[in-house]
Amino acid sequence: MLQNAYPDQIAGDFYTENFAKKAAEGSLILNLGPQHPSTHGVLRVVVELDGEYILRAEPVLGYLHRMHEKMAEVKTAAQFIPNMGRVDYGQALGWNWAFVGAVEKLGGIEVPERAEYVRVITSELNRIASHLLWWGAYLLDLGAFTPIMYAFDDREKILDILQIPTGSRLTYSYFRIGGVASDLNEDCVRRIREFIPWMRSRLPMYKDLVSDNIILRKRIEGIGVIEPDVCQRYGATGPVARGSGIACDLRKTEDYSVFRKLDFIAPTSELKDARGRYDVRMIEMEQSLNIIEQCLDMMPEGEVLVKGAPKPSWKAPKGESYFAVEGARGKIGVHLVSDGGKNLYRCKLRAPGYCNLSLFAEVSQGTILADAVAILGSLDLIIPEIDR
Amino acid sequence: MNAIKEALKNVSDLWSLMVGLKVTGRYFREPQRTVRYPWKALSNTDTYKGHLELVGGMKDPFKPRCISCGMCALACPSNCLTVVKRKAPKPTPEEEKALAEAKERGEKPKDKTPKDPEKFIYDFSLCSLCGTCMENCPAGALQFSGNIYMAGYSRNDFLFDLVVKMRESEAASPAEPAAAPAATSEA
Repeated sequence: MLQNAYPDQIAGDFYTENFAKKAAEGSLILNLGPQHPSTHGVLRVVVELDGEYILRAEPVLGYLHRMHEKMAEVKTAAQFIPNMGRVDYGQALGWNWAFVGAVEKLGGIEVPERAEYVRVITSELNRIASHLLWWGAYLLDLGAFTPIMYAFDDREKILDILQIPTGSRLTYSYFRIGGVASDLNEDCVRRIREFIPWMRSRLPMYKDLVSDNIILRKRIEGIGVIEPDVCQRYGATGPVARGSGIACDLRKTEDYSVFRKLDFIAPTSELKDARGRYDVRMIEMEQSLNIIEQCLDMMPEGEVLVKGAPKPSWKAPKGESYFAVEGARGKIGVHLVSDGGKNLYRCKLRAPGYCNLSLFAEVSQGTILADAVAILGSLDLIIPEIDR
Repeated sequence: MNAIKEALKNVSDLWSLMVGLKVTGRYFREPQRTVRYPWKALSNTDTYKGHLELVGGMKDPFKPRCISCGMCALACPSNCLTVVKRKAPKPTPEEEKALAEAKERGEKPKDKTPKDPEKFIYDFSLCSLCGTCMENCPAGALQFSGNIYMAGYSRNDFLFDLVVKMRESEAASPAEPAAAPAATSEA
């Protein structure tokens, strides 16, 4: 039987009660979420408020935990690929890539060159789609409704293109161990080529409509300043770290796949605030278009799946491997341990959103509640990815 | 000096709102981008990969190409396929006699059981449409259908026997396939 500590109040659960123990005199404990329109899913943040100001905040996770890591232990490596499409609905192909890359590293499997280019093209398209989703949803958080309509207009074009090789629109399981499932056909390549100038013409419009808008600038400039050492302490990666001026882009630093042959920049911003992270993502979309255009020109003919690619019954050799790719939200890492058996022994998934969210507790201290929502949105959180 | 700067900044701030409104006005004049879905057909459904279906043979398009080897069921990550093999037909007395004679001569009897499956149970509610079954099928007997209009009232509506589905499609084949939503009429 639960005892109610505050007879005149409704007692919270374990997290709230534990959190309330350290509450200051006269403060208010408030639960943001788990079902809250501005948290993009089932994220819950317990905050202690003094008037409008946040004294403390604590994210509570696990409402969308689906045991992906455990499921990897009861399936063979090839059978686990559909799971990777479901970890992150924003950029499913990034997760596809991290997992198949780790298995290829473990098994010493070579990937045909064309498949590498196809991987780059599709995952960069997926990155733009993910950033567009973030852009629309973030502005929705800040109270602007129309931008998401423009964003989804463009995002639908990308989904239509990606539907041709992958067959699905959101939860792709397209990459295979040793290549990709199907080649980009002529129709698909033509549509990507048509999409690039279209998207380039849209980005200045986004700037006019939203980026330069004084209301947005007042909402995000100087809000949520994250110092580089905070990023390093919490392990933040991706646009969050680059928005704080840390030049960490795995496409540049790790040099995986064919990225060393491509000419692009990994944008950073010295602003360190929500505006910096916003700018980084907007420039990244432009850079992704450059990458795709170069890849289409450089893509050689040939196979997209290596001969003798592993079947579902393939057993990974004994050993360990770690492979990381640059996802839309940061470093996606997969650590595999195999004991030579039918299934993998252990699969550790490193989600960028988890680390990016963990610094929220520190950054949100002393801000207004409405600004905390602006900070939360600028971290680009995808809750299924955080909980895995 | 500062007051002038402040005033100029306010003007430029106000101007940024005007620029945004100009964009809105420009797009306001453009035709609608969305599709009035139930009344108009979508244009992007041809490349969609829907639920699984069996591929017909070369000679008879309504006899499955499947050889009941069960590789698909083994490869499936979510165990949504069950292939039931056909039982050998009961031999007639003459065949039994011939079999016994062949056995005496030391010959191995030839298996005359039809290879196509008796049942091919497919649970669409478990399927994640990854395509592993198709890639591992030695006979190329599985494919994705383009059916995006699948809906049901209960979970059992998505549990079907693909062999029966194939026979149904044979029965329905003289007529036109399921009519797509009318493209012209708009309510």
